[in-house]
Amino acid sequence: MMILQTLISGILLGGIYALISMGLNMILGVVRIINFAHGEFLMIAMYLSYIFYAWGGMDPYVSAIFIVIILFVLGLITQKGLIEPILDKPASTKIFATLGLSIVLQNLALMIFDANYLSVTTPYQSSVVNLLGIAISVPRLVSFGVVIAIVILLYLFLQKTMVGRAIRAVSMQRQAAYLVGVNVKRIYLLAFGIGTALVGLAGSMLMPIYSVYPTLGASFVLIAFVVVVLGGMGNMFGAFYGGLMIGVIESLAGVIFSPGLKEVIYFIIFILVLLIKPTGIFSKGKGSEAVGL
Amino acid sequence: MLKIEQINLSYGEIQVLWDMSLQIPEGQIVALLGANSAGKSSTINAISGIEKISSGRITFQGKDISKMAPHEIVELGVIQVPEGRKLFNFMTIEENLLLGAYSKHARKDIKKNIRRVYDMFPILEERKDQLAGDMSGGQQQMCAIGRGLMSNPKLLIIDELSLGLAPILVQELLRTLTTIKDEGITIMLVEQNVKQSLAISNYAYVLENGRVAIQGDAAQLTEDPHLKKAYLGM
Ligand SMILES: Nc1ncnc2c1ncn2[C@@H]1O[C@H](COP(=O)(O)OP(=O)(O)OP(=O)(O)O)[C@@H](O)[C@H]1O
Ligand SMILES: [Mg+2]
Repeated sequence: MMILQTLISGILLGGIYALISMGLNMILGVVRIINFAHGEFLMIAMYLSYIFYAWGGMDPYVSAIFIVIILFVLGLITQKGLIEPILDKPASTKIFATLGLSIVLQNLALMIFDANYLSVTTPYQSSVVNLLGIAISVPRLVSFGVVIAIVILLYLFLQKTMVGRAIRAVSMQRQAAYLVGVNVKRIYLLAFGIGTALVGLAGSMLMPIYSVYPTLGASFVLIAFVVVVLGGMGNMFGAFYGGLMIGVIESLAGVIFSPGLKEVIYFIIFILVLLIKPTGIFSKGKGSEAVGL
Repeated sequence: MLKIEQINLSYGEIQVLWDMSLQIPEGQIVALLGANSAGKSSTINAISGIEKISSGRITFQGKDISKMAPHEIVELGVIQVPEGRKLFNFMTIEENLLLGAYSKHARKDIKKNIRRVYDMFPILEERKDQLAGDMSGGQQQMCAIGRGLMSNPKLLIIDELSLGLAPILVQELLRTLTTIKDEGITIMLVEQNVKQSLAISNYAYVLENGRVAIQGDAAQLTEDPHLKKAYLGM
């Protein structure tokens, strides 16, 4: 029973990891940028969620709508202002640009909010539902439901709409995308926006169960990198399964070994996957063109 | 219809096109021939706006397109079927064709055009739900041409159609191009395969080291002594 309980809570947590990682992977697969500031966008979303709660008395699940929109716009600004001008520059320039952005955002948060841990108190915070004798935390269950809904919507968008197909086309075969008339720059913009909107939603879903602090992004972006490598670079739905898997592994490891060891375990998985199947365990094959690191 | 005037193109320090000029009249098949690395693909990538020329002019129906973005050029009806097909390998045949109709002016004709493509290449309809990457080379080339036709081309530029295909299949595809021309689409055929290309073309240019070395009516060029020696092995 204990194991089942752990398994379920791992999957629920994994849903949020999946959301973060899918955002990172969208940007990686389409724009070919490793966004080292992705975790800081999560941090921003959580601070925004805190502000909406502390100043406006707004529940995190409600403010999520605004936060997703704000983060989408932040993504557009980042792509337009920071990434677009350096697209033709060498990989090192791109790495330093997003790494620099991440440091700036962390320090900004430190200046504004200090290093304190901030959290919200909600009436449902510690409520649980009992399913066949297994206690499941309500906020985790709600978050997971939202994640599943969004993943399905995203899937339909990418598979069934012309713009969704264009996004996949750019990640699969950029030159041909140009030749069928896709405005590739605009697709980059959209992909970056969607990527940060996804991490924005993850932040909102995380706020009722977690505290926010300026360096929070660093630990989550590490998880996202592991998930992306696990699921296959540029493979959106690989990242979804990878996220769930990492959630489960983390929960089990916390019970079997000790919670303090979880980062060691991520790294072991990370290295094993890179050694054994560097295209990711969920990828169909070579996948998209090589990601220019 | 298309006019290239004195264009120069470089990749970094390396210049690959030198004062290149050519013309493609409406309703014809014009071949652009040449050996490996002669600059054929560079020429058509300049037309498609993927590579930017450093000087000269490219006009389509009187309009200067040399500074336009690739998607704007597609919108005008200048469509390239690239070397190596460059299909969206993890999408189905049908999705590849649908993406061919991405541009605004092509979307309204999706139904009509997909019917036309399937009638032209029935095998594509049979396999429409299979991944493009799993098809044979010939079927992939059909899919690539079909994707080009979905864009409502006025000028269809086909790069290395014959690459890696059996001669008999090449013959068949070239015959299809004649049909496409007869429907009113102008064709620019970019090829290393000189003999078969000349057979269906009206006019031809031969590129050598980024310059036009020979040009003339296709029928005449078949008799050209230099061409015979260098490209036809006679
Ligand atoms: N993106 C690029 N960057 C640098 N050099 C390039 C690039 N593309 C082509 N070249 C060089 O430009 C020259 C002309 O190449 P191009 O592809 O236009 O020739 P081609 O006639 O199409 O040859 P092929 O028959 O092999 O396709 C070659 O020397 C090639 O190495
Ligand atoms: Mg070529």
